[in-house]
Amino acid sequence: MVNTLFAILFYLATLILVVGVLYRINIYARTPAPLKIPTTPAPTTQTGVVLRMAREVVFFESLFKANLWIWALGWLFHASLALVLMRHLRYFTEPVWGWVVLIQPFGMYAGITMVLGLCGLWARRLFVERIRYISTPSDHAMLILLIGIGVSGLLMSFVTRADVVAVKNFFTGLMGFSINTLPSDFVLYFHLISVAALMAIFPISKLLHAPGIFFSPSRNQADNPREKRHIAPWAAEMEK
Amino acid sequence: MADIVAPPYRVIPIIPALIPGAMEGLKPFVANEKINTAIGFPGELVEDWHDKAIAKMGELLGKYRSLKVYMDACVHCGACSDKCHYFIGTQDPKNMPVARQDLMRSVYRRYFTMAGKLFPGFVGARDLTREVLDEWYSYFHQCSECRRCSVFCPYGIDTAEVTMAAREILDSIGYGQKYSNEIIGKVHRIGNNLGLPGPALLDTLEGLEEDVKDATGIDVRFPIDVKGSEVLLITPSADFFAEPHIDSLVGYAKVFHATGTSWTLSSMASEAGNFGMFIGNYDQLRKIAMRIREVALELGVKRIVVGECGHAWRVAYSFWNTLTGVGDGASENDRFAQMLQKQLDHRYKQPMHICEFTWDMIGQGALSFDKSKNDKHIITFHDSCNVARGSRMGDFAGGQFEIPRNIIKAVANNFVEMAPETTREQTFCCGGGGGLLTDDLMDIRVKGALPRMEVLQQVVDEHGVNFMATICAICKAQFTKVMPIYGFDRRMVGGVHQLVSNAIILGDK
Ligand code: HEM
Ligand code: SF4
Ligand code: SF4
Repeated sequence: MVNTLFAILFYLATLILVVGVLYRINIYARTPAPLKIPTTPAPTTQTGVVLRMAREVVFFESLFKANLWIWALGWLFHASLALVLMRHLRYFTEPVWGWVVLIQPFGMYAGITMVLGLCGLWARRLFVERIRYISTPSDHAMLILLIGIGVSGLLMSFVTRADVVAVKNFFTGLMGFSINTLPSDFVLYFHLISVAALMAIFPISKLLHAPGIFFSPSRNQADNPREKRHIAPWAAEMEK
Repeated sequence: MADIVAPPYRVIPIIPALIPGAMEGLKPFVANEKINTAIGFPGELVEDWHDKAIAKMGELLGKYRSLKVYMDACVHCGACSDKCHYFIGTQDPKNMPVARQDLMRSVYRRYFTMAGKLFPGFVGARDLTREVLDEWYSYFHQCSECRRCSVFCPYGIDTAEVTMAAREILDSIGYGQKYSNEIIGKVHRIGNNLGLPGPALLDTLEGLEEDVKDATGIDVRFPIDVKGSEVLLITPSADFFAEPHIDSLVGYAKVFHATGTSWTLSSMASEAGNFGMFIGNYDQLRKIAMRIREVALELGVKRIVVGECGHAWRVAYSFWNTLTGVGDGASENDRFAQMLQKQLDHRYKQPMHICEFTWDMIGQGALSFDKSKNDKHIITFHDSCNVARGSRMGDFAGGQFEIPRNIIKAVANNFVEMAPETTREQTFCCGGGGGLLTDDLMDIRVKGALPRMEVLQQVVDEHGVNFMATICAICKAQFTKVMPIYGFDRRMVGGVHQLVSNAIILGDK
């Protein structure tokens, strides 16, 4: 019974995540950007744009210029999250890929730094007047959710020692459309339900910043308006 | 206006504490029926404004990727929250860029997202009530669309785009701002923002020729409507009669004279400014820009050069090619753009900034200067927001910062920079841009100037700076008005070509 419920939960969550994000990306991609509005200092070539975007995504370049505290905490959280996610690939691959084995030890500690980063961000939200002012309940909830996921994960890694072999068996099973037994472990249940919730809200929340950044005209346009005419279809209509 | 006082300088420029509601009451004059209908907007707030506004918002979300992505992507990280000069000067939390966006984002969430429809309180979604609409009117006219926030946002979210969309929605329901809409009417009716009619313009130019003759003994011409000229100069109309703007116009004319360039002004397009951008209305933006295309075709010019004006240069550099085909690189079968692009001379940038023109000429050795003529000045340079963050000059990223500075250094001996976190792409707006240069907004204009005035005071104290050069008509007008309130001499501000004009040697060649 529990197994089936979790199976349904994860199929649903995955479906919502994938379809939802693709749907959003499709909207962003289809909506025209009628005017050239890259923010200075903007690269003048397409290669430059790719490099700029890479710096933004990997290093949070603009944020670094803006505020060192937010940058440090935010970057710690995201870099740790990336490591943690990569480490989790071991639950979905058999045999586990070589590079995933390699990062395994770092992945474990990344869980800790991730939670630290999140707590720091939340502390800012709670105690810095300006940021408290702009925060909505959902902003706090998002951080609590992520901290919950992180803490329950760490509990399983370092304290309760969940039966990861069984967990892996369950998820590789799902990938082949068969439902195996999930260990009955309340920390695990909490962890999994929270993750499914995160997946489901991804396409309808501010987590859209992840696909969004790639579509931001002030960051993804090359600064060459004089050299090349740029015109949106609806604007071209006016010239007919 | 006697009651408007400058806010005190911050002892250490720390992030100010919030004063909620500090600027709540501020509201520029609303456009009347005559002004609105003249440019195709409803005369006054329409009956069904709520539905119309939401429909317009939906339309804009479908037409502008910027708006769509910016509405979704903000994570409320707060990186932009202390970056706006209006926030720094007023401490009103709604002048934090993210909070300004949230005025619209809250409505977006309520009507266009599932979370906002189901759990409005939880995600900060709000109905569009009359109070919210009035709040929009107030705070979207406390943004100069300067894009400083966009530089620092990790996703480049540009509050200027949100402000433009909000003003576009307000205009579409008959709730537009008097100042901007009246000026747009004038540009269509008379040809320029100041409402200077053709004959008056001719008089002014003749007067200028006489003045320059008296001062230098040389016949520097100010030609207008001359067919077959090489260069068409499009400049803000303030250059024709406002102080200190006019001194830069004299500078351009001297540069053209000294380099033997055949050039002309146009009476029909006697305005570089384009307030269509300020109100975020593509139609108006395009219509105002089209005047330049038409004149260029009619006069058969080979090059189009733009005078010292910040937002005009943004429109010219970034948008003219899109709007009117003034530029290069249109596709073969793009008949509309090709018609003009075939006529233009593509050995030169089209359009070209007057600073690019002058700097090129200096590079070719076509100009000579007596730098000592500027020795009475200790000069600093204020980067105008639209030039700095909405455009470029020259062939390389950052040319818009280097070229004007290079010119100043070529024509004068004493140049000092202001604090680096307030120049180049991090420059602060003068406080009067984006359609705020009107007396009914004097309070916010003075407060918005605070961060610039603070760092100007620093270089005045440390280096004895007595001249702040800038290449924007709005900056010049704003500073001459607000600097006295901060205790500076209004004549401290002037154009780059004013300095060029002082030093240029006009011998016969
Ligand atoms: C392309 C990938 C991504 C990029 C470039 C990116 C970038 C950023 C940046 C620059 C911030 C602001 C700084 C901060 O508060 O940390 C941020 C915030 C945030 N990101 Fe991401 N992110 C990405 C993917 C993700 C993913 C996959 C998740 C979640 C599961 C996520 C969750 C969050 C959350 C919750 C915040 C808000 C933190 C707060 O409330 O202060 N991000 N992101
Ligand atoms: S665009 Fe400029 S004026 Fe507007 S919110 Fe951003 S920083 Fe402030
Ligand atoms: S910096 Fe960008 S993402 Fe962060 S609060 Fe401001 S607008 Fe939102």
